[in-house]
Amino acid sequence: MSNTPGRTLIVMPAFNEEQAVGDVVREVLGAVPFADVLVVNDGSRDGTAAAASAAGAIVATLPFNLGVGGAMRLGFHYAIANEYDNVVQLDSDGQHNPAHVAKLVAGLANADIVIGARFAGEGDYRVTGPRRWAMVLLSSVLSRITSTKLTDTTSGFKAMGPRAVRTFASHYPAEYLGDTIEALVIAARAHLTVTQLPVAMRERAGGVPSQTPFKSALYLGRAFLALSMALLRPVRSYEIETSAH
Amino acid sequence: MAVTTYILGIAAAIMVIVVVLEMLRRGRFRERHATWWLVAGVIALVVSIFPATLEWAAALVGVQVPTNLVFFVLIAILFFVCLQHGAELTVLEEKTRTLAEHSALHQVRLDALEKAQGIPAQTEVPRADSATENEREASQTRPADGKR
Repeated sequence: MSNTPGRTLIVMPAFNEEQAVGDVVREVLGAVPFADVLVVNDGSRDGTAAAASAAGAIVATLPFNLGVGGAMRLGFHYAIANEYDNVVQLDSDGQHNPAHVAKLVAGLANADIVIGARFAGEGDYRVTGPRRWAMVLLSSVLSRITSTKLTDTTSGFKAMGPRAVRTFASHYPAEYLGDTIEALVIAARAHLTVTQLPVAMRERAGGVPSQTPFKSALYLGRAFLALSMALLRPVRSYEIETSAH
Repeated sequence: MAVTTYILGIAAAIMVIVVVLEMLRRGRFRERHATWWLVAGVIALVVSIFPATLEWAAALVGVQVPTNLVFFVLIAILFFVCLQHGAELTVLEEKTRTLAEHSALHQVRLDALEKAQGIPAQTEVPRADSATENEREASQTRPADGKR
């Protein structure tokens, strides 16, 4: 713990990830000895909670599914309540390599949010069609808003420093895609600094990816809507509040 | 206009007002939800007692057939009621979400306390089931979509 910049909590939203979550938790705990792991069991129907708990994670169980945004907000609240400085968001299906966590946390020395980017040179993650257009469009707009170069704004692999944790605990959007797109807009409006580091993606250890042309087109539409709404939302005070509500 | 039609109009308007007031009285309806229905009921009562007011209002806004003004106003009122329901639903969802978060945080604390006390942990956390079936079905794709 001594040479790390504060206490770090790894938050893993998990929805029906019974097969993968145990191994992922064990791997994360092995790769990141300085951090604790909180698995947010997002209303799973299977043995996700038991598997994660057996693997050594702290498990918070939501009574019903709230989506990634809701699960992460719970993670931020837990981090505040238990005096963690940094929060790292990591998928529970094993596609994020826990070996990169230390790199992302180290990046927090120079930024409030560090995004593990899938297209930034490392690894061979590829997408095509409408989903790709959506990602390119989002990247360019969000890069401008956060005034930094971002290539993968929908990555679910992120590290957040103390200021970001406090901001997000009170302002984390729970809507569809809110955890990626709107969260970055909020970060920019709260004057948080954002940066990205390249990470390689792995195959998912369990579950099936959802990518049909129709879904991708729908995704493009919803992403665009989410972005527009985030930008049109009244600029509330996103400044850090003294206490989490 | 036949007398029966005249009476029917008045009776219908009075029924709307009575039903809304009665629900308010029994606490089945909160006042802010009842507002639009009361407005509709009162307008309907005035128009049905004095049909001339409808013709006057129609002429005032330039509606050729007075009945069309009735339809227009009714649709407008229904529109606002629907809108209000959507807004209320959003507020309720947000509150439910916050409650779920608090419940989960308490459960984590409880687990930690029980562990520290050496009490065997409760293995199964009860989860809300059938009541949230629809929401669950709808959200099935949500976590898998945005991020992968």
